[in-house]
Amino acid sequence: MSIEKNILVKLKDVGFEQNGKWLVKGVSLQVEKGKIVTLIGPNGSGKSTTAKIALGIYKNIEGQVEKFTNNIGYVPQKISIDWTLPLRVKDFMLLTDNLKDDILNEALTLTGVKHLRDNNLGNLSGGEFQRVLLARAISKKPELLVLDEPVQGVDFTGEIALYELIKKISEKLNCGILLISHDLHTVMTATDHVVCLNGHVCCSGSPKDVARNNEYKALFGEQASQTLSVYEHKHDHEHSNDGEIKKN
Amino acid sequence: MFDDFFIRALVAGIGIAFVTGPLGCFVVWRRLSYFGDTLAHSALLGVTIAYTLEFNIAVSIFITSSIIALILVKLEKKTNLPGDALLGLLAHSSLAVGLVAIGFLTFIRFDIMGLLFGDILAVTTDDLLTIWIGGALILLVLKLIWKPLFASTVNYELAEAEGLNPDRAKAIFTILMAAIIAISIKMVGLLLITGMLIIPTAMARNLSDNPQKMVVFSIIGGLLSVFIGLFSSLEFNTPSGPSIVAAALVLFIFSLFKIKQTIQLKN
Repeated sequence: MSIEKNILVKLKDVGFEQNGKWLVKGVSLQVEKGKIVTLIGPNGSGKSTTAKIALGIYKNIEGQVEKFTNNIGYVPQKISIDWTLPLRVKDFMLLTDNLKDDILNEALTLTGVKHLRDNNLGNLSGGEFQRVLLARAISKKPELLVLDEPVQGVDFTGEIALYELIKKISEKLNCGILLISHDLHTVMTATDHVVCLNGHVCCSGSPKDVARNNEYKALFGEQASQTLSVYEHKHDHEHSNDGEIKKN
Repeated sequence: MFDDFFIRALVAGIGIAFVTGPLGCFVVWRRLSYFGDTLAHSALLGVTIAYTLEFNIAVSIFITSSIIALILVKLEKKTNLPGDALLGLLAHSSLAVGLVAIGFLTFIRFDIMGLLFGDILAVTTDDLLTIWIGGALILLVLKLIWKPLFASTVNYELAEAEGLNPDRAKAIFTILMAAIIAISIKMVGLLLITGMLIIPTAMARNLSDNPQKMVVFSIIGGLLSVFIGLFSSLEFNTPSGPSIVAAALVLFIFSLFKIKQTIQLKN
């Protein structure tokens, strides 16, 4: 199979402007089957925006997005659910797809929240809700998974377990994953490609290429560096709170 | 025994309750009660147009309300006014224009009270056909767009990202709103249609822990309101719309006791 056939989504020089401000500009990347692409960068660097462009949520964009699949699972960074709508975990799992009960249970078991199946969504803790979101996204066996900070609010051991799970899923389903982490210190070694954003692509490549800094390796030890890789680089500019670029 | 007109009113009311139940849930979930009001107010304009052009009233209301909904969408994009101000602007100006137009139509006698508050005496056999066939169509279309509409009600971005086309579902739902107003205006009256949409649903919310249950309770609440309301309308000679909505209010108040119980149980 040619490489072209494995591409699930391809962004070509995309940008998005809102209220006269470019949230991202000139971003190119592609996600292929069975590969994990991780977006990293500081707050407001346009990681979520890039994901939303790839998903087609933002429509008036600059550049081009080519999508080669419609079977997509998405874990958004922020989700606000209005409690005028009574919703159980079970109902939420069936939101965009009609799943059989055993498939639904399997996904909830994988993320460790099967016991919450009949609970009201509003009664879950942040970490529990995050596990449900992930279960929902993987349950439909998607070709492309877009995970925007999928483990936020999850306890530390859970965090590692969920990252392991994500890695396993990408291998098992042979799906492409676009993963976002705001955490510059924790990026999986299983990541095939890292893109560092800061309103634009600062640098990209394999984790090894990007993670040049050895100090963290020393801090976490060899063992940890196999699960976690570390990235740090110097910026030639800073961003103020509203995202304006300030040259140093 | 009941007179014929009462049976007709009852059959009409049952048909309407089956449709307002599920639609009302979306009105509450999507916070559209004031939007429903605006469409209903604009219905008066539809009625005057129907009389002037000697046109079918339900069709005329349906078209007018749909146009008002379109204008709203355009205004939302073109002005800096907040949504509720635009809704108020459209609701009251279309009501005013409708009433002024009626003033000009001196050659026709209008039962304004009947239009505003519903009139069970006015329900004809033709109206029954409109309600039941129209209602069945509304429910059928709602069933078809249920998945994307519901998903985008819970979270728009999830629905959009996973390819459900929520914008189309929303547009179709707006048309369904115009349609339910068109078919139920004679029974409930244009000032109270939103009450019929949201009060049984509000009651259902108090009794439900999942969306399916809420839809079912909402229909049951609507049916009970229609029965109680129409019987008391006949008994006390009160207008049908207010009687039905007042009955719904009583049911809502009863449902509050259930909430109290659940809260006590939780503690």
